[in-house]
Amino acid sequence: MKETPLSNCERDFLLRAIEEKKRLDGRQTYDYRKLKITFGTDYGCCFVDLGQTRVMAQVSCELVAPKENRPTEGILFFNIELSPMASPSFEQGRQSELSVKLNRQLERCLRNSKCIDTESLCVVSGEKVWQVRVDVHTLNNDGNLMDAASVAAITALCHFRRPDVAIQGEEVTVFSPEERDPIPLSVYHMPISVSFAFFQQGTFLLVDPCEREERVMDGLLMIAMNKHREICSIQSSGGIMLLKDQVMRCSKIASVKVSEITELISQALLNDKAARKAGGKCGFAESMPQDRITALKMDQTDVEMTNVSQTGSGVILQGDEAPPPTVPSPVVPVPGVGQVGQGLQSWGLEEEEEDDDDEEEEKGYFEEEEVVILYPETTEKSK
Amino acid sequence: MFSSLKEKIGEVLLPGDEFVFESEDTIFLTDNVKPERPVCGPGLRQSGNRLVVSKSGVLRHKPPHTFWMDSQQWRYVPAKAETVIGIVTSKSGDIFKVDVGGSEQASLSYLAFEGATKRNRPNVQVGDLVFAQFTVANKDMEPELVCIDGSGRANGMGVFGGGGLLLKVSLGLVRRLLAPQSDIRSDLEQLFPCELVVGMNGRIWVRASTIQQTLIISNLLQSCDTLTAPQRREQFRKLQKGGL
Repeated sequence: MKETPLSNCERDFLLRAIEEKKRLDGRQTYDYRKLKITFGTDYGCCFVDLGQTRVMAQVSCELVAPKENRPTEGILFFNIELSPMASPSFEQGRQSELSVKLNRQLERCLRNSKCIDTESLCVVSGEKVWQVRVDVHTLNNDGNLMDAASVAAITALCHFRRPDVAIQGEEVTVFSPEERDPIPLSVYHMPISVSFAFFQQGTFLLVDPCEREERVMDGLLMIAMNKHREICSIQSSGGIMLLKDQVMRCSKIASVKVSEITELISQALLNDKAARKAGGKCGFAESMPQDRITALKMDQTDVEMTNVSQTGSGVILQGDEAPPPTVPSPVVPVPGVGQVGQGLQSWGLEEEEEDDDDEEEEKGYFEEEEVVILYPETTEKSK
Repeated sequence: MFSSLKEKIGEVLLPGDEFVFESEDTIFLTDNVKPERPVCGPGLRQSGNRLVVSKSGVLRHKPPHTFWMDSQQWRYVPAKAETVIGIVTSKSGDIFKVDVGGSEQASLSYLAFEGATKRNRPNVQVGDLVFAQFTVANKDMEPELVCIDGSGRANGMGVFGGGGLLLKVSLGLVRRLLAPQSDIRSDLEQLFPCELVVGMNGRIWVRASTIQQTLIISNLLQSCDTLTAPQRREQFRKLQKGGL
């Protein structure tokens, strides 16, 4: 679907406003929009809100054979999905120019800068290495997807925990998260990208352009840096001519912004760690913003109850006979199901005869009885 | 006859709520008294002697017989005789294609402007804004716009001049701005002079004397969607005191 076209009057207004150093939402030239980082319930799931731009990054890993020319290094795979949720002009499945550009920039920013130690991802040299896959999904596009995606990707990589592995001679055991705590990836540094939009052939620049500003800009300069002031990647698109001192000025601004954003990320990671330890609620549902439209707000209204009893009894009379009072057996006779004991006769709380350490044993308190195997294959119930 | 409907005026109704009109028991002695039928506006559908609610919202009434549902949505569906702000996307032959925010682009003939003839074409470029009304708008045909009213006069419609900013707001806010006694409009009048064109497709064009004032008004209007009346009055008051 095509996007709403940009009218001439909007374009002229935006350019004139930028000449007077005014932005649509009242920011200053070098201001970022409000950056909010939240985490999902899984390790490695991170949501980033940059103003109204919203992206989600999810990190996952699996064991694969390594590349032939690098047998001792793990593999990093990045993917940015431009979903139609973000903008009506994004089509599902079609590789648009913007999607190729964003993917390439994210790869240059994170892979070529060697921010993740890939040697530590090797399990058996030449045979099995970890492939870490970062998927970034765009949920809403209000400009500057690149910055939001880079923050989301690096935060998710810092947040992620991979399963622990033990090697004994020839045997390799991969432990599940319940058996041994998963271990974090080793991240050397955090490259963050900062975008600069140029207008009027490079005369005016804005940091963190919103969607309307992106539509009228001449060109874009993207600088990826870490907090140690090392430049990881620079990319200029749009074909504008930039002077050397402009680029130097941008890199100085970028280093200030990057240190602020890195501080924010570390704080968010610490908060999440504390919340998980305290057992508090964390995840997507908690982080959803509550936007309410109050245009047609009503005070409490009474519910019409006059004929509820009449219609209720009418429904009962019309219905078929009541369902039988007995509850059928909940045991499903399929392979892999065993039955322990006779089940509860009453719902009263009886004395606990088991120890409570095992959290999976929450339902039913029963005495030790033998396992009745309904089918040859059973799953063992750990006690 | 409308007693059941009149009880519910100002209440929230949901799709599926029904009102049935019973036929009168008494026979009128004079023949030229016709039974009164209600005039249904948007959100209400009439079939036989039943009135069914099809959109959730608040029931409104205008005497003598007009009822409609006041609901909130962002997506515009073209309807006949509504005035909208459109963006010209292409010129082909005799017609302009205009984007109005609906599912299809509307067509606007170049002769549908005041004082336009085959020799004297209107000065409309691609990307310009036009304020027009629908002559044809139903779900089976391509919508058509004109910039003149029935008698051939422009009546405020036509191409926009330069300057100003275009915003997108919800349809409910647009209807509140266009209502005869509008709180928001009277609050705006207290602030500073500005030009406002309100299209029923959720687009508003604003122009004030300086860019700063235009930006202030546009941000205020966009936030009015999610502010209650006291909060909005608080915002306006803060602005007036703050001065510019």
